[in-house]
Amino acid sequence: MSIFEGFVFRRIDTPIHRLDPRVKFLYTLVTLVLAILFNEFLALFVLFVGQLPLIWVARVQRSWARTMKGSLALVLLIFFTNLLTRWAYAGFRLHPVYLEESLAMTLRFLILVESFSIFSLTTSPDDLSLAMEQAGIPYWFCFAFTTSIRLMPAIARDAQTIVNAQRSRGLELERGNFLTRIKNYIPILVPLIVTTIRRSLELAEAMESRAWGATEKRTSLTQLEMGKTDYIATVFLLILLALAIYIRVSTRIPNLTSLIL
Amino acid sequence: MIVVENVYYTYPNGVEALKGVSLRIKDGEFVAIMGENGAGKTTLVLHLNGLLKPTKGRVLVDGVDTREVSVAQLSRKVGLVFQNPDSQFFCSTVEEEIAFALKNFGFSQEVIEKRITWALNLMNLKQYRHRSPFTLSGGEKKRVALAAVLAWDPQILILDEPTIGQDYRQKEKLRQFILQLNSQGRTVIIVTHDVEFVADCVPAPRVVLMAGGRVIADGDAEEVLTNPELVKKASLIQPQISQVFQELADLGLPRNVLNVYEARRIILERWRGR
Ligand SMILES: Nc1ncnc2c1ncn2[C@@H]1O[C@H](COP(=O)(O)OP(=O)(O)O)[C@@H](O)[C@H]1O
Ligand SMILES: [Mg+2]
Repeated sequence: MSIFEGFVFRRIDTPIHRLDPRVKFLYTLVTLVLAILFNEFLALFVLFVGQLPLIWVARVQRSWARTMKGSLALVLLIFFTNLLTRWAYAGFRLHPVYLEESLAMTLRFLILVESFSIFSLTTSPDDLSLAMEQAGIPYWFCFAFTTSIRLMPAIARDAQTIVNAQRSRGLELERGNFLTRIKNYIPILVPLIVTTIRRSLELAEAMESRAWGATEKRTSLTQLEMGKTDYIATVFLLILLALAIYIRVSTRIPNLTSLIL
Repeated sequence: MIVVENVYYTYPNGVEALKGVSLRIKDGEFVAIMGENGAGKTTLVLHLNGLLKPTKGRVLVDGVDTREVSVAQLSRKVGLVFQNPDSQFFCSTVEEEIAFALKNFGFSQEVIEKRITWALNLMNLKQYRHRSPFTLSGGEKKRVALAAVLAWDPQILILDEPTIGQDYRQKEKLRQFILQLNSQGRTVIIVTHDVEFVADCVPAPRVVLMAGGRVIADGDAEEVLTNPELVKKASLIQPQISQVFQELADLGLPRNVLNVYEARRIILERWRGR
């Protein structure tokens, strides 16, 4: 469950936290595009390392590290699937290039986790919802979206309690062959789904009794306004994007293996 | 016997929930672990069947370190009933729900049948045997959860917040039932902040008072729950009877009266004495 933990927002005051949520969204989007644009190890490596300073500026290194640790299993899966398919495809021969390519694909995943976690660790769900509303997205959608983010830690904790309760009744998750192991999760999943649905229904009732959706046009106490820093950051991001596209079409990025060997 | 030796526990998110807890619970004892929300009561009892392992210190159940055996093995001996029954139901009938643990523990089909019938009768749930546990009322669900644990007859029984969501009559029944289980020789540990529930238990349990991840008092209910300072430190409120007798202390009445039964005895004694 620790992969969720790295996505939970805590209110602290840093330059990154103060940025407009729309700018941070653009940042995540640009990173996404860049990560897809390049598939060379060197480029992706620069992209990954280039984001690290932001994590320190935002003072979220501990939660971030926890997310990274939580995604370790997925990272290994991606790496080995890539390596194995390349190896099989090449007639069961191994070449250092395959290693580099597999690493690059893994890095691409890590970059996405990295930038998404920077975004969600430094953006309050309220601001996010506000940003979406101001962008013209219907309120019910914004609300559902931010609520699902907000409920994630609660659901993770429910899951932990359920695992505890079932283990106390002698359930051993790690026992048996592959099929049995999947079956072992039924006693966890059923109560989890039931509690989550029940929780949502309760939330819906509570919201409706507080006149949720009573007026079409909902007003807001605060309005998001772009400041000077926000504009500078936006311009910077756009230049970065243009530059990256230019590099992509104009130059060939060498692979590390050919540089070394 | 359960021995908790200087146990510290920190959750993965950095919350230090236990800060040096030591405790010895002998076989056949009746113990109430009390304290306000967040005091660390649940965290402590999760250590007793090995679900959590101490960050520092150790927990011994009948001389065995909880780190050295599986949760399933420990649970056979230490039955833990969770606060919220919804966190465990997943079968389509009450009967299957009770059978789940018995199957996990490897009982034979014949024994399982017998145990289910026994547990259902014990908890007065016979008529619900083939009902879905999800359709039951809150109190009935709690009873099914309890029956599901009692079915394997653990020697040590732990109930986390058993009185929450129960009406007065159900609580009264539950109290009698807990006392009965204890009088049959089982160790019973209840976790609760329901002071009146504990005060009305006859015989009174040993009370372990917790606050901020530490044990701040440990003794007879009569001593602990009638001590205004201790009770305040644990953010609890004294039993009402005890409050009344403290107000009347200048009439020469004792201060450490816990429940109605005792109050009645003392008042009658006085009455007849004059
Ligand atoms: N799964 C968990 N993850 C992180 N912190 C927790 C978890 N469970 C409990 N805590 C924290 O540990 C402390 C003790 O909690 P708990 O043992 O549940 O108290 P009690 O049962 O006395 O109400 C609280 O501060 C609580 O927020
Ligand atoms: Mg608790």
